[in-house]
Amino acid sequence: MRSDFESIIPWIQSESRVLDLACGDGKLLDTLKKQRQISGYGLEINPDNIAACVKRGVNVIEQNLDKGLGNFSDNSFDTVIMTQALQALKYPHLVMDEMLRVGRECIVTFPNFGHWRCRLYLAMNGKMPVSKFMPYSWYDTPNIHFCTFRDFEALCHSRNWQVLDRLVVDQSHQGHWLTKRWPNMLGEIAIYRLTQQSPK
Amino acid sequence: MPEFIPEDSVGIVTPQHLHFSEPLELKCGKVLPGYNLMIETYGQLNSDHSNAVLICHALTGDHHAAGYHRMEDRKPGWWDVAIGPGKAIDTNRLFVVCLNNLGGCKGSSGPSDTNPVNGLPWGPEFPLITVDDWVETQARLADRLGIQQWAAVVGGSLGGMQTLQWAITYPDRLKHAVAIATAPKLSAQNIAFNEVARQAIMSDEAFHDGHYQAKGTIPKKGLMLARMVGHITYLSDDAMRQKFGRELRAGNLNFDFSAEFQVESYLRYQGENFSSRFDANSYLLMTKALDYFDPAAAYNDSLAAALSSTAAKFMVMSFTTDWRFSPERSREIVDALLAAGKDVSYLEIDAPQGHDAFLMDIPRYTEGLKIYMDRVAREAGC
Repeated sequence: MRSDFESIIPWIQSESRVLDLACGDGKLLDTLKKQRQISGYGLEINPDNIAACVKRGVNVIEQNLDKGLGNFSDNSFDTVIMTQALQALKYPHLVMDEMLRVGRECIVTFPNFGHWRCRLYLAMNGKMPVSKFMPYSWYDTPNIHFCTFRDFEALCHSRNWQVLDRLVVDQSHQGHWLTKRWPNMLGEIAIYRLTQQSPK
Repeated sequence: MPEFIPEDSVGIVTPQHLHFSEPLELKCGKVLPGYNLMIETYGQLNSDHSNAVLICHALTGDHHAAGYHRMEDRKPGWWDVAIGPGKAIDTNRLFVVCLNNLGGCKGSSGPSDTNPVNGLPWGPEFPLITVDDWVETQARLADRLGIQQWAAVVGGSLGGMQTLQWAITYPDRLKHAVAIATAPKLSAQNIAFNEVARQAIMSDEAFHDGHYQAKGTIPKKGLMLARMVGHITYLSDDAMRQKFGRELRAGNLNFDFSAEFQVESYLRYQGENFSSRFDANSYLLMTKALDYFDPAAAYNDSLAAALSSTAAKFMVMSFTTDWRFSPERSREIVDALLAAGKDVSYLEIDAPQGHDAFLMDIPRYTEGLKIYMDRVAREAGC
């Protein structure tokens, strides 16, 4: 199980309605269905991932997040989740606005570009970091909007999103005390639980 | 003609002619005292009758969905690419039922049949049939076959409309609804094309207000034109460009009105072929069934409300270059199902073929259908 999934599952209430944006192969929704009896849908555009969802029996809708969530009404889901897709969106802040409109709560996870390895790579090589974790070259990558924890915190503040919970984990083990002490330096994946500042 | 029957074919099949003597009250208010349905089945019904799949045909389809009637047949049934042993709709596991819809001209009761009341051809007196009426006859067919609940009802285009109506009218009688390249109702543009087709038929002097059979004529030109205009809407601009471009049959311009471009010759051939195999009154009736379909109308135009009582799980599929029933139309269905909180998956297949794509073997489409139907079979215990 991916470490960000493990952190998300306890935040999901039983029998709630969940929308998973860029749901991949449907693993998270499938797990939530089994462990939390949720009802939900995944949105995805990758054909192989969509086929994998159908195979699992997970509801999947072929829909491009960059075109918004206009077909979903306000507060129609308990939780809207988006894992590891924020950096691939054209307008991350607008999709986040949409998530917070459609869901009572949102959970978003993204890779931290402020991690020490990225910093070191850039400092030592003077080039955009390429690693097993971020395997693409800068000119040919789905990840067009990398940010750090601090960047994201600033965005939350400027757009009045209320942070209910924040976690940082790394690829192998989560929540090491060092990671908690210096999240922007040592955390590889950020996990945020958010809601709208003032209820609509 | 198949020299041999391929291994993944259902093989040689024999249609069955069933009579239903219980009167059928139609949406239009008229009553049919009795009627016949022509059907075909493939595969075996399992002991608990849980593996039956109903295939609903589109505008000019019929009961012959798969296999061959005889070795001399030039082509197999209309959806042979999807139905057969090991195919997307796997007849090794599923019991597949397909029928010619009421009002058709391939053996089920329709305008070209004899009206038992006066012994004359029904012609234009045959009542207009709606999608609701079809679902009613299909439910009675299910009763006759001992099928309490379909494992799935599957259809493309007008067939997809029948799957939606099934889910609305008989929520407990189907587990899955597969609606392909369809729409929740026709647009003004769709109706406009249908009207051109109808006018082409009705203005043919051989039409005789629909009584052409009694006069011993066929409105051949009208049917041909109707099919030509219909066929244009089945293909995408790209598909036509690829297939014909501006290619000339003779290689040079003749400066006359013969079929000079390949596309003209193709349309004429399609029209000609169709006019000799389809009944004009049936065609008029089928296009009206399309025009009238609008399940949301009875629910204050809310499709979500119309679908709120459904219990089936839905699979909706569309094709990017389909402009007859574009992906937007399928998304209307999906959005209504989402709003109603129903189980639904949606695939938007990138395909250049236009509306016709739903009858073709397009890898992603075939695979998606296969994966979904595999689940249907698993849930049916096969």
